[in-house]
Amino acid sequence: MLLSTLVYGVVNSVILALVALGFNLTFGISGIANFAYGALYILAGFGSWMLLNALGLPLLVSLPAMVLMTALVGGFIYRFILIRVRGMVISEVIATFGIGLAIVELFRYFGLVGFKYSLPVFVDGSFLIGGVFLDLQRAFIVVLGVVLTGTLWIFTLHTKTGLAFRGIAQNERTVLCFGIDSDRIAALSMGFGGGLCALAAVVILPLGTISVDAGYDVLLQALAVCIVGGLGSAVGVIIASFILGIAQTFSAMYLGTHWMMIVSLVAILAILVIRPSGLLGKQKELEERI
Amino acid sequence: MSKDLKRRKERLDRGIKVRSEDIFALSSWKVMLYLLAPRVLPFVVVLGFILFASPYWKMVLVSTTMFGILAISWDLLLSTGMVSLGQALFFGMGAYIAGSLNHIWGWPLWITIPVATVGGGLLCTLLLVPVLRLRGIYFAMVTLVLPLVLVRIIEATRILGGTEGISGLATFQNIGEELGLSLLAFLAVLLGFRRLMGTDYGLVLQGIRDNDRSVIRSGINIYWFKAQALFLAGSVAAFAGAFMTHAYMFVGMPVFALDYSILPITAAVVGGTGTLAGPALGAFILVPLSEALRGLGALRVVFYGLFLVIFIVALPEGIFHYLQRRYHQFERWVKVEV
Repeated sequence: MLLSTLVYGVVNSVILALVALGFNLTFGISGIANFAYGALYILAGFGSWMLLNALGLPLLVSLPAMVLMTALVGGFIYRFILIRVRGMVISEVIATFGIGLAIVELFRYFGLVGFKYSLPVFVDGSFLIGGVFLDLQRAFIVVLGVVLTGTLWIFTLHTKTGLAFRGIAQNERTVLCFGIDSDRIAALSMGFGGGLCALAAVVILPLGTISVDAGYDVLLQALAVCIVGGLGSAVGVIIASFILGIAQTFSAMYLGTHWMMIVSLVAILAILVIRPSGLLGKQKELEERI
Repeated sequence: MSKDLKRRKERLDRGIKVRSEDIFALSSWKVMLYLLAPRVLPFVVVLGFILFASPYWKMVLVSTTMFGILAISWDLLLSTGMVSLGQALFFGMGAYIAGSLNHIWGWPLWITIPVATVGGGLLCTLLLVPVLRLRGIYFAMVTLVLPLVLVRIIEATRILGGTEGISGLATFQNIGEELGLSLLAFLAVLLGFRRLMGTDYGLVLQGIRDNDRSVIRSGINIYWFKAQALFLAGSVAAFAGAFMTHAYMFVGMPVFALDYSILPITAAVVGGTGTLAGPALGAFILVPLSEALRGLGALRVVFYGLFLVIFIVALPEGIFHYLQRRYHQFERWVKVEV
């Protein structure tokens, strides 16, 4: 009992980390809190469902295609809308919130509800780990989470674009002096964020059905992880996702599933009150509180 | 942006605006009409609407005024530098206080509404006092999360009616009483807050928005002022919640729903922030519009989202500022002298 809760807690933590990575990347680089994140998540889900079922494309084609398309959507949102309100934090939040709302409610209007709206698992089957049955999809998610985190880490530390990302995050004006186009990097960061979000969607959604309300829940989960870990801090996100993931699984096990979301919401509030930078975020005292 | 800047647009005050700025406004009927028209016209339109509207549309007017109050309270918070993404917190708090007082102890609505107004404002202020120090997006996230937490706690613990809510509450005697009260409250909030923002007190609030540290440097305790602004804005929003609860005879989890957070923001952004009259105008445009589009179902919310994006990008000043500018000023093209 305890062991299985622990194993599923770890899986849940990796899921949370996957969901939060994209949001964190965008915020960490360009400072844009992408409130359309949850909408991109279900957009990727329904999009790949349509590619699979309406167009009949094979799994190996439709999923990468959808990841790429969501990344493009993210980039376009920056290029055509956010670029005009760049730097005005509140306008950015309201604009992305509006876009997200429009996308999510559009899917609700189309009435895409039901068991048939689910993505297929990549490989069927399950195996025994320490006396606990774990299906292969969940195992795959854990592997992907580890691989993705490693790739991102290498990317940001050792490639030119990654270094430009970090430069923008640290000091935008200095980076402009080096001839790096901050708008291009910000658009890229939105694109990367969207792509990561879609990637998370296509691997996580096979575990259940695609529901419209996931659009709001995913945004909240991503927010919770990023705030607890520290907005923009990659290590913080991983630590926070393990804290929240295991706490969620245990509260769902022993208190009931209603409490799962309350755990992350209360975590957001507690962290914002005590330490708004999050566990590992760098203190930006005057930006966040006075 | 065009590359060759040979012409530019120049804005000048209209002559009549300049003449109307002083005691000399009393010199001609035309100038007095110019001053009075924008102030009287909305009343005439609303009164005319009441005379000819069906009972259904009168109910729409009631909910319009309540959303107007919510939007004004959002704008008051914004004028103090606090961005709220969860006006539903205040609304729902007032609704639940009024509903449960009426349901459990059977208090009449002329007691529950005032109690809910003050109590809701106080309770929300106390809830938000720990985060008064937060700025910008961090404060916004707290307000976004709080109503969601409350809703899920109600869902999980099944207190106060749980998922089903409380129905069968006391309501107003007739539509006339309801409409009259709601319009009076709306006017009191709009004009009262506008007057308030013009005083020294309002100046301090706006100073906190523009540069909080310089206000601190002037020896003013900004947290005390922020708490007061929260109480004012929270109270009127809680009043709107309590009023709607009694108008619908129902209180339940939907009062914490996203609608009550989104619509005030949309109204304020569409109408124009910072003036209090702008959000009210926005509410008077959006709520009847969404009522007319009721047949579209969930598509209405899509339109809200698109409205938000379009106005933020294309007309960030909002309708009110735009109209005000066109009324007072004229534009002309002039040559750029290099």
